[in-house]
Amino acid sequence: MLLLEKNSLTEEIEELVNLMGHERSSLLPILQALQRKHKYISDFAQQEIARLLDIHPVEVYSVISFYAFLHSEPHGRNIVRLCQTITCDMAGKDAVAKAIERELGITFGQTTKDKRITLEYANCLGMCDQGPAMIVNDRVYTHLTPEKAVNILNEIK
Amino acid sequence: MDISINKSPRQGAVLFSPYLRGEGIQKALEIGRENILFEIRESKLKGRGGAGFPTATKWMLVAASVAKEKFIVCNADEGEPGTFKDRVLLLEYPELVFDGIVIAGYTIGAKEGIIYLRGEYEYMLQSLEDYLSKMREDNLLGNSILGQEGFDFDISIRLGSGAYVCGEETALIESLEGNRGEARNRPPYPVNTGYMNRPTVVNNVETLASVPHILLKGGEWFKKYGTDKSTGSKLFSVSGDCTRPGVYELPWGTKISELLEIVGGENAKAVQVGGASGSCIPRSQFDRTLAYEDAATGGSIIIFDKNRSMLKVLKNFMEFFVEESCGQCTPCRIGNVKLLEGIKDIERRNYTFSYINKLKDLGRTMQVASKCGLGQSSPNAFISILENFKEEIFNYNGFGGTNGK
Ligand SMILES: Cc1cc2nc3c(=O)[nH]c(=O)nc-3n(C[C@H](O)[C@H](O)[C@H](O)COP(=O)(O)O)c2cc1C
Ligand code: SF4
Ligand code: FES
Repeated sequence: MLLLEKNSLTEEIEELVNLMGHERSSLLPILQALQRKHKYISDFAQQEIARLLDIHPVEVYSVISFYAFLHSEPHGRNIVRLCQTITCDMAGKDAVAKAIERELGITFGQTTKDKRITLEYANCLGMCDQGPAMIVNDRVYTHLTPEKAVNILNEIK
Repeated sequence: MDISINKSPRQGAVLFSPYLRGEGIQKALEIGRENILFEIRESKLKGRGGAGFPTATKWMLVAASVAKEKFIVCNADEGEPGTFKDRVLLLEYPELVFDGIVIAGYTIGAKEGIIYLRGEYEYMLQSLEDYLSKMREDNLLGNSILGQEGFDFDISIRLGSGAYVCGEETALIESLEGNRGEARNRPPYPVNTGYMNRPTVVNNVETLASVPHILLKGGEWFKKYGTDKSTGSKLFSVSGDCTRPGVYELPWGTKISELLEIVGGENAKAVQVGGASGSCIPRSQFDRTLAYEDAATGGSIIIFDKNRSMLKVLKNFMEFFVEESCGQCTPCRIGNVKLLEGIKDIERRNYTFSYINKLKDLGRTMQVASKCGLGQSSPNAFISILENFKEEIFNYNGFGGTNGK
């Protein structure tokens, strides 16, 4: 990472900590804000958070590794989460998944070369009456068909 | 956003009945803490999040504590597969949920309410925040609420980050405190040492949403619905093989067969009651009732018609638990993996019955030896599906249903 980027990331984290508080209970909201913006929380960011909250960096890493929606490795600009749980499975999530994989040329768990999209499975999204369902960043899409899903993904930048 | 919001046709005895924002809070302030607790106790309201603990008892324990700080936490983690009723309450009936939180806060003597909203529901965060702002403008939150001197109370929303176990109340508290969502040993319970080690009431969204109606119409009225041990009505999230999936408000004590008729699921061969951690009920038992004392559920009803392979259903459930186990204790961390391996062996027709019986024994061990409700209930589906569908799964009849969809 360039020194300049490091400085701006430090500034960003300082701002977040000032906004959300120096307490341990602010850790998750801070991580969530960084995750939302950068799609992952780098080693350097983890160290800076640890320093400002006065906890060990391992503590920060251990929290990140626990939660499915927090990442410590770089991800695509858009994170797609397709529900793999029972009702969506019964409603045809496999066909949707295969169509998306073919279209993007990657499999679930991978990121496109241009860093546009990361594909992930998620567990029940609470949309079981309207499955198959997926979340793209923080938007929900329901009643997916293979074609509808592919069209949605082709439209995101 | 293409979530169907269709409020007008919803009808129900309690939650889906008319209510004006603030009404319940007004009533609560008029009648005072003692009478609120009395009405809730009269109503025999039990927790709607799954465990069914009497709400009045929980509130009284915290109300009686002299700690200088107390909390009310609304559990909106809704992660049980097949459950989406809290989504409907939060999106379409926020007045019930938030008024319920304010009333709880007033009754137990808390100044702060926290909603733990699952990360998957981040899309509703903005509208909920806007709703809270409106409540502050109208003095339904803030200082001296509705002119009541000394009643200062506010609500904040915290997001989860994709961990089913964080719906378990002690794991939820760990998560709020900035830790991995690992369940704590209980006791002590949150009513003694909850958030920040302070007395804390953790209630499900639907439990809290029931409170304003109970205060307005009385505990006696609430008891008119449901059964003796399961009073009132319940929201059921219905999905799977039926023509009208969605959220239904029905009295406790409704028969499974009656529900299936209402939702267009008469062709079902099985119904999963209570989600992945609930149990699978075969057609021969469809006259059983939905109630705490019979087929209990936090709301999840998943319907399977005759073409579904029950082995595939079971495999999906066990994959869920393997992923969602927090890994803290051995019976759950290793046990779920072993049960899943067993299912794959059955799929490959590579099993002996003594091996299957050992796995069922393992399941029973997990039910007693796991630290929290996740590992205690994850073997339920394994045991009930293998027991109730053995003809199909072990292919007793030659060409059984195992090659279904
Ligand atoms: C693994 C697991 C997940 C749970 N998930 C939820 C949940 O998403 N929402 C909920 O209200 N309760 C959930 N519970 C139950 C809570 O621990 C707790 O009993 C409940 O929030 C209490 O509220 P109530 O008394 O109003 O039901 C879960 C329990 C376990 C063991
Ligand atoms: S039962 Fe499972 S989820 Fe619960 S504490 Fe043990 S490992 Fe964690
Ligand atoms: S099973 Fe996919 S949203 Fe619930």
